[in-house]
Amino acid sequence: MKKLLIVDDEPNIVMSLEYLFKKEKFEVFIARDGAEALEIVKKNKLDIILLDIMMPNVDGYQVLKYLKENKDFKEIKVIILSAKNKTTDIELGLKLGADKYIAKPFSTKNLVKEVKQLLKLKYI
Amino acid sequence: MSSFLVISIIVVYLAFIFYVAYWAEKNSKSKWVNNPYIYALSLAVYCTAWTYYGSVGLAATSGLKFLTIYIGPIIIIPSWIILMKKIIRITKGNKISSLADFISLRYGNDRFLGALVTIVCVLAIVPYISLQLKAISETFNVITNHTISGNSIINDTTFYIAILLAIFAAFFGTKYTDATEHHKGIITAVAVESIIKLVFFLAIGVYVTFYLFNGPSDIYEQASLLPNFNSQQTINGLGGGFNWFFLSLLSMVAIMLLPRQFQVAVVENKRERYLKKVAWFFPLYLLLFNVFVIFIAWGGNIIFQNQGVDADLFTLMLPLKNNNEFLALLVFLGGFSAAISMVVLSSLALSTMLSNNLIIPYGFLSKYSRGESKENTESIKNIRRISIFSLIIVAYFFYKNFTLDRSLVSIGLISFVVIAQLAPAFFGGLFWRRGSSKGAKYGIIIGFLVTAYTLILPFIIDSQVIESSFVNEGLFGVELLKPYDLFELNLFEPVPQAFFWSLFFNITVYVIVSVNIIGSYRERNFAEMFVDNSKYASLHEDAYVWKGEAYVKDIRKVLIRFLGTRRTERALNLFFMKYKMDVNNQLADARLVNFSEKLLTGSIGSASARILISSVVKEEEISLKEVLSILDETQKTKETNKELQERDKQKDDFLDTVAHELKTPITSIRALSEILLDNEDVDYETKNKFLSSILNESERVSRLINNILDLEKLASGKEKLDLNKNSIKSTIHKSVEAVTQLAINKKIEISETEVTDANVIFDEDRIQQVIINLLSNAIKFSDKEKGKIAVRTKINEHRIEVSVEDNGKGIHSDELISIFDKFYQVKNQTVLKPVGSGLGLAISRQIIQSHKGLIWADNVKPIGARLTFTIPLNIKKHEKVIDSR
Repeated sequence: MKKLLIVDDEPNIVMSLEYLFKKEKFEVFIARDGAEALEIVKKNKLDIILLDIMMPNVDGYQVLKYLKENKDFKEIKVIILSAKNKTTDIELGLKLGADKYIAKPFSTKNLVKEVKQLLKLKYI
Repeated sequence: MSSFLVISIIVVYLAFIFYVAYWAEKNSKSKWVNNPYIYALSLAVYCTAWTYYGSVGLAATSGLKFLTIYIGPIIIIPSWIILMKKIIRITKGNKISSLADFISLRYGNDRFLGALVTIVCVLAIVPYISLQLKAISETFNVITNHTISGNSIINDTTFYIAILLAIFAAFFGTKYTDATEHHKGIITAVAVESIIKLVFFLAIGVYVTFYLFNGPSDIYEQASLLPNFNSQQTINGLGGGFNWFFLSLLSMVAIMLLPRQFQVAVVENKRERYLKKVAWFFPLYLLLFNVFVIFIAWGGNIIFQNQGVDADLFTLMLPLKNNNEFLALLVFLGGFSAAISMVVLSSLALSTMLSNNLIIPYGFLSKYSRGESKENTESIKNIRRISIFSLIIVAYFFYKNFTLDRSLVSIGLISFVVIAQLAPAFFGGLFWRRGSSKGAKYGIIIGFLVTAYTLILPFIIDSQVIESSFVNEGLFGVELLKPYDLFELNLFEPVPQAFFWSLFFNITVYVIVSVNIIGSYRERNFAEMFVDNSKYASLHEDAYVWKGEAYVKDIRKVLIRFLGTRRTERALNLFFMKYKMDVNNQLADARLVNFSEKLLTGSIGSASARILISSVVKEEEISLKEVLSILDETQKTKETNKELQERDKQKDDFLDTVAHELKTPITSIRALSEILLDNEDVDYETKNKFLSSILNESERVSRLINNILDLEKLASGKEKLDLNKNSIKSTIHKSVEAVTQLAINKKIEISETEVTDANVIFDEDRIQQVIINLLSNAIKFSDKEKGKIAVRTKINEHRIEVSVEDNGKGIHSDELISIFDKFYQVKNQTVLKPVGSGLGLAISRQIIQSHKGLIWADNVKPIGARLTFTIPLNIKKHEKVIDSR
């Protein structure tokens, strides 16, 4: 079972994502801000993270930077899910090492597809 | 020492200096060439052969007065951090290449003024250069034991040295047609020479003080027995004090306005921040140079007592007398390097002035307006080369044909006084808008004439030993006109006297003429730009006022004649890019006219540049008033633009945040409904949960939209307040009732016991909205079951104060103000997401401001936050209370 972490501070978004990926047979973890996310990352060997950017305390960029600079975690796939969709935001996210940048509001079908694609690639 | 040996050493030394200059030009990007120390050391070109020999001579004959020449610079240089910065900015901003150009541009590209300044400088400096040649020649004779110098030029070593210096200056000084380019080769060579001369001078100082004598106290004891010792080593009463004062003032002016000093300090300056180094480094250099002067002078006085040795030559004679030829050679080389630095830089600075401010504007403009770029630039360079050679050769013959028998210091000081005539025009122009070109011209001329009368004439008469009653009895025997005691002012020695009177007349004429005759509009334009440099510098070409008709192609043609096609196109492209203009523009505007004038200024001087450009454009006269109002307007437009940009940015930020805040609930709505639509097998409970979430999020969206609209309406003042007399107690009570359910849910107590009633004029719905906002905030940040909230009022004769206090964790002191910003979310929030829109407090602030009240937050002891607002009691019923921005 693939391990997926949802990092978002909006309870209803978290609720929908949780439902969506449990149904797809993922083991789902939930973090409500960056600090919580890092805790979970350290304890579990994750496959993929769905990461929001605008969060209190530690924001998404900081989480991403931490992951990509750490050799234990840099293989974890990261999809940024953010309402910020200016070109500069997207460029910054990809530069920091995100695998995908998906703007909110997103299509759930598309999101599931992207996640599956990313994880399959890992095993080619 | 044999002449052959000395000549060989001179040749080797010159070859070394040439090599340094050559190396610096080749490695012009190296950090060895570009650093503040090179800049500071090059300023030491101020210390000429005069410092080497003359100040010792002066110290030996008249005591400490030699110090005045260094006190002035030491006092003024720390102020350069501000003063020189301004001068350098103006110079760079306008591509000025010399003192003459600076003054000429300040007074409206005045051609005659530029020429006048050039002539004054040449008259002042040529004798000064010949003095340096004299020093070389004399010391050469002393060290080689020649008693008489060869009278024919062919046998005179000095002549060949002069020619070599001219070649050096011409080769490294005229590489570029644009005289504002930095002459890194020459400057580096001069800096190296500054080290050499200081080190060698310190060596002789140590030798005299510690080898010939037993340290300073030994010299002092022996010297104090000499006749005149005491009277020499004092300032000498009030009269002497005035002399000291004016001589220091004179050297203060000289360190800034001597052409070679202006060249090194202003034109060759690479970075403004170098000035900070100079502020301590250069005074230190001067102090070091002067440490031993007095000891060498006393030593010379002791050893050469009554032997008739020229005190100017003590520095050299002391080691020679003690058979230390090696040290004597070092002294000779030190003096030599001091002399040649001065000759090279002075001739370079003067040649730029001669070409750009005298020869080209008066003789070559029509030729250049027809010539090709290659011929023109070659011709400009040739004019400068010929100028350098002529200056040095004229100086050489001057020294040959006039018996310059006076002590070295006299001619140097005469030079200073002549140069000082430029000070009123220069500093006046820098700080006084009204200073006009006519005032500057008349002032300089009068000042020069007074100097000639009080100093130059008597000096020539004295030195040529012409029998004349002029000096002792005054012109036509009138006592009042005695040149050394003009108007019977006999407090001063000749030099300070001449300085005092010449500047007195100079400044008086400058001020009176400037005040009474209004200058042209162009003059006033540049006056504004120079005096208020910090204000206009950021406007660049926009600060230039010009009206008329001009075509880009005509201006382009003129530029090509000097810069060539490639550089012209590049410069114009940059210009069009800077102002975001179309490259195919046909008509030129004021900015292009000014830009082109500046491009040419470096090559041919500002006056010529202006004449050439105005020959191809049709210019309209503008009144002085118009110039000032246009300048003012440009300045204001720029400020308004900045304000608008700032406001635009704020609006952008606000829209970004709004978009983000709207997208968040919509994301939930979309995701949840998509799931419900795609999955028919969702169980009943989940379906219910999802649907009620969708409902909540939809409500959030509409609440947000309402709040934004509300806020905008309040902020723009479109909504008038419905002002009526209301009971504050009842308004508070209604508000508390509205949040009761919320409080009960969290088991929080709200007390209204400290509310007193008053009838106040306000918009009841709006104030209720504010109180509800404050209460819901307090509830949100209070702990379940332990929370206590108190509403209180305070009334005085001016206002009513309402506060809402909780016992939550309080507000971080950084955030006490920003919590009222739109969409501000408190840091370290334990509650995950605020229930509100993030606009509640911003709206509350807007409402209170519309009531002309105040709202603020603070923390209370032991724990808790308090938000307070006031409403003034003097609002009239139905008063229009809008525009709270």
